[in-house]
Amino acid sequence: MINASIKQLSAALAAKHISSVELTQLYLDRIARLNPALNAFITLDAEKSLAQARAADARIAAGKAEALTGIPFAQKDIFCAKGWLTTCGSKMLSNFVSPYDAHVISQFNDAGAVNLGKTNMDEFAMGSSNETSYYGPVKNPWDTARVPGGSSGGTAAAVAARLCAAATGTDTGGSIRQPAALCGISGLKPTYGVCSRYGMIAFASSLDQAGPMGRSAEDLALMLNVMAGFDERDSTSLQRDKEDYARDLAKPLNGLRIGLPKEFFAAGRGSDVAQAVEAAIAEYRKLGASIVPISLPNSKLSVPVYYVLAPAEASSNLSRFDGVRYGYRAPEYTDLADMYEKSRAQGFGAEVQRRIMIGTYVLSHGYYDAYYIKAQRIRRLIAQDFVEAFKQCDVIMGPTSPSTAFKLGEKGDDPVQMYLSDIYTIAVNLAGLPGMSIPCGFGDNSMPVGLQIIGNYFDEARMLNVAHQYQLATDWHSRAPQGL
Amino acid sequence: MTWEIVIGLEVHAQLSTNTKIFSGASTAFGAEPNTQADAVSIALPGVLPVLNKGAVERAIKFGLATGAHIAQRSVFARKNYFYPDLPKGYQISQFDLPVVGQGALTIQVEPLSGNAKPYEKTVRITRAHLEEDAGKSLHGDFHGMTGIDLNRAGTPLLEIVSEPDMCSAAEAVAYAKALHTLVRWIGICDGNMQEGSFRCDVNVSVRKPGAPLGTRREIKNLNSFKFMQQAIDYEVQWQIERLENGGTIHQATILFNPDTGETRAMRSKEDAHDYRYFPDPDLLPLEITEEWIQEIKAKLPELRDARAERYQKEYGLPRYDTLLLTADESIGDYFVSVCEFGPRVYININDKIWRPADPKLCANWIIGEVSAQLNRDGLEMAQCPITPQQLGGMLQRIADGTISNSGAKEVFRTMWAEGGEADAIIEAKGLKQVSDSGAIEALVDEIIAANADKVAEYRSGKDKLFGFFIGLAMKASKGKANPAQLNEILKQKLAG
Repeated sequence: MINASIKQLSAALAAKHISSVELTQLYLDRIARLNPALNAFITLDAEKSLAQARAADARIAAGKAEALTGIPFAQKDIFCAKGWLTTCGSKMLSNFVSPYDAHVISQFNDAGAVNLGKTNMDEFAMGSSNETSYYGPVKNPWDTARVPGGSSGGTAAAVAARLCAAATGTDTGGSIRQPAALCGISGLKPTYGVCSRYGMIAFASSLDQAGPMGRSAEDLALMLNVMAGFDERDSTSLQRDKEDYARDLAKPLNGLRIGLPKEFFAAGRGSDVAQAVEAAIAEYRKLGASIVPISLPNSKLSVPVYYVLAPAEASSNLSRFDGVRYGYRAPEYTDLADMYEKSRAQGFGAEVQRRIMIGTYVLSHGYYDAYYIKAQRIRRLIAQDFVEAFKQCDVIMGPTSPSTAFKLGEKGDDPVQMYLSDIYTIAVNLAGLPGMSIPCGFGDNSMPVGLQIIGNYFDEARMLNVAHQYQLATDWHSRAPQGL
Repeated sequence: MTWEIVIGLEVHAQLSTNTKIFSGASTAFGAEPNTQADAVSIALPGVLPVLNKGAVERAIKFGLATGAHIAQRSVFARKNYFYPDLPKGYQISQFDLPVVGQGALTIQVEPLSGNAKPYEKTVRITRAHLEEDAGKSLHGDFHGMTGIDLNRAGTPLLEIVSEPDMCSAAEAVAYAKALHTLVRWIGICDGNMQEGSFRCDVNVSVRKPGAPLGTRREIKNLNSFKFMQQAIDYEVQWQIERLENGGTIHQATILFNPDTGETRAMRSKEDAHDYRYFPDPDLLPLEITEEWIQEIKAKLPELRDARAERYQKEYGLPRYDTLLLTADESIGDYFVSVCEFGPRVYININDKIWRPADPKLCANWIIGEVSAQLNRDGLEMAQCPITPQQLGGMLQRIADGTISNSGAKEVFRTMWAEGGEADAIIEAKGLKQVSDSGAIEALVDEIIAANADKVAEYRSGKDKLFGFFIGLAMKASKGKANPAQLNEILKQKLAG
């Protein structure tokens, strides 16, 4: 049952082979047994989960089930969920019980899905290893001495360890794709504006996007069907017709043109990651695709541009955490300024403080033009590169991450090394494009390797088709970590 | 003293939308603290702003009414600073791309002192932009702690910035009043200054004629025209004295204390904030189509200047009168109504076609007695206890000679205090003029007979005594003699 797809689970529920309560309990038991070693969850509330499961069972019995009804999903702790502790991985929100549901959460609720718990994450989604969480690092289920990636590391570990059917993530610079790659699962970051950001705690508003993380492209398609859609409460949400993201899954790949950007292959030539990615490309050729060499000349500037823009937005977005109305307030202070300083110094971790300082700096009088404005200009150039590239190809492929999962603490002292683990994913966020990662083999250390698939705007259905066909032909995605 | 005063204003007009600029929470004034603070007003984690179309519409109205350029594309920016009543830690405002560009407003200046005549002036408006208001800090209300009320947080404001075109407190006040009239006239702001719906920041500097602009100090948050005048007068004096004593002016934000009549510095430029403005990534640029602008233009009421010109043409009134009658929309409406009920001239009696016989008489009474009495009682035009019908009825009795001007004043006072129609009051108080020439002649004869010496003096050339005889005659008639008739008869009889 724990290896079943969403479609299979749904069929089993419909056929009464299992109830949602039983399925939920099965996962809760598994979490109780395995989570202590993984630390994938911040908050569990069996009573709430089982209540949803009972409601789902009633709905199934009434013949009103939808695709996700009764299926237990975990939710990244960045999504506000009514009545749930919603911490965003921070001490700052360690006492914040949300009084409302994020749009994504209410979409799952409306579909009759079960919320199994809130997953661990890098503090305010700032990190690539899940080591910045106030709730401690998440361990990679393939090797608990290694990181799961980040910031959606709790979600990636929970999905890989079969602690839930699937789960949600968010991706600002690679936070869905990189942990998906490092944990050997599938993850999709949709086009910016496809999933409402309402109720998703903001890191960098112009880059943040929610997306599904699961064990197969097919599962992701079914989840995206529920998560996507216009929401008037988010001014950047796109008003488009509802679409079925699973509609093209079965299409053969004959004639598919895959663009390979030389910039994504130059540095890591000959590495274990490159070998796995090249093997996957070879598999795609067998499936009928052709290869187009392309170039994204400005993508090399992605990391510096990102580390101007994302911290700039974050420094402002995180100003609301001031200890005045909710969240952490320092126990002792002398006056207002002291209350702000102590609450924020004690409530935020080192990485968050670093980014607030970077962001404050680049927006400051006298530096704004040199940093923020310039970065915005380069951001447009990076996006333009993709526009040119998609004139020649249908999807772009490359490695998701330059390396497989590294050891806990390995990059802790060097933020720049840590920032570079998102070197292949960041350009996609800057351009607002959809991107995904699927497992495509293992590295020298037997850790999973992810293949990144980048699509044109609103081409999620095609990307899912491309991923699904590969998953029909290979079994990397169904490998599970052993020895937990 | 050869100092030139330079004044510019920043006015925050609270827009009259029912809901906040970026959320659906109510903007009603005076509710219990924090009962109108929704998730967006509190800035809960994860909430997002959604722009209120009504606020934009009002900004466009303002732009059209001041002949300004409406930006097809404007941008909301974040102004970052920490304060407990600013829940997000930034205010959403417009910075380098405001919705309303340069416009202008014509003002009527009533000099505050001396015998200088009223004059008109055009003040340039630099820009007007949309932004959200902050909440309120309630200091000392909670056992020495500070309470925060976020009801006001997110209330839509239009910040209207003028050029430094004003050179006296009188001009600054005239501009503020004209703006206050305009925003109510076009229905974008209730103008309630006590409730903070219309707040003025005044930038003041002084210089020697021909010299470059002096350093300015900004008087914050003036919420009455009287305080504005006092604050400017005090500040100008302070700056001049300081400069004449060899001191320098430092840029500063200052507050006016109405109790002491003094200004004092709140913060100097040295501790000015770096607001780190940048475009708000949660809001798309505001796009305004030409169609939308035209739609709003079509719904715009007749504006003050147009109405004043029309009164000048239609009623033959002097410019000065028309400006006073259009100081507020309701004053003009009252005037037009009084003309309807006042004295008439029939152009065609059979078809009952007529026009107001004496619009100037109507205007005089409204500008004079009615305005003065409203002022004394602290009432708005809309609260005037005398209806246009009542006043018009009384004016008819002036025009047809039934009552004298002094009699009319008594009728007016009675109407104001007790109500009632003119005819009934005239009857009850016996205010009807004596227009019977026989009776007046008899009265004059008596006076001439009784004052032979004065009559002789008059006849020998002392013309000034005419007034003396009028006085005696009026007294004898208990003020009821028709003055015109009396004048004529007396002149005849004295001539001998």
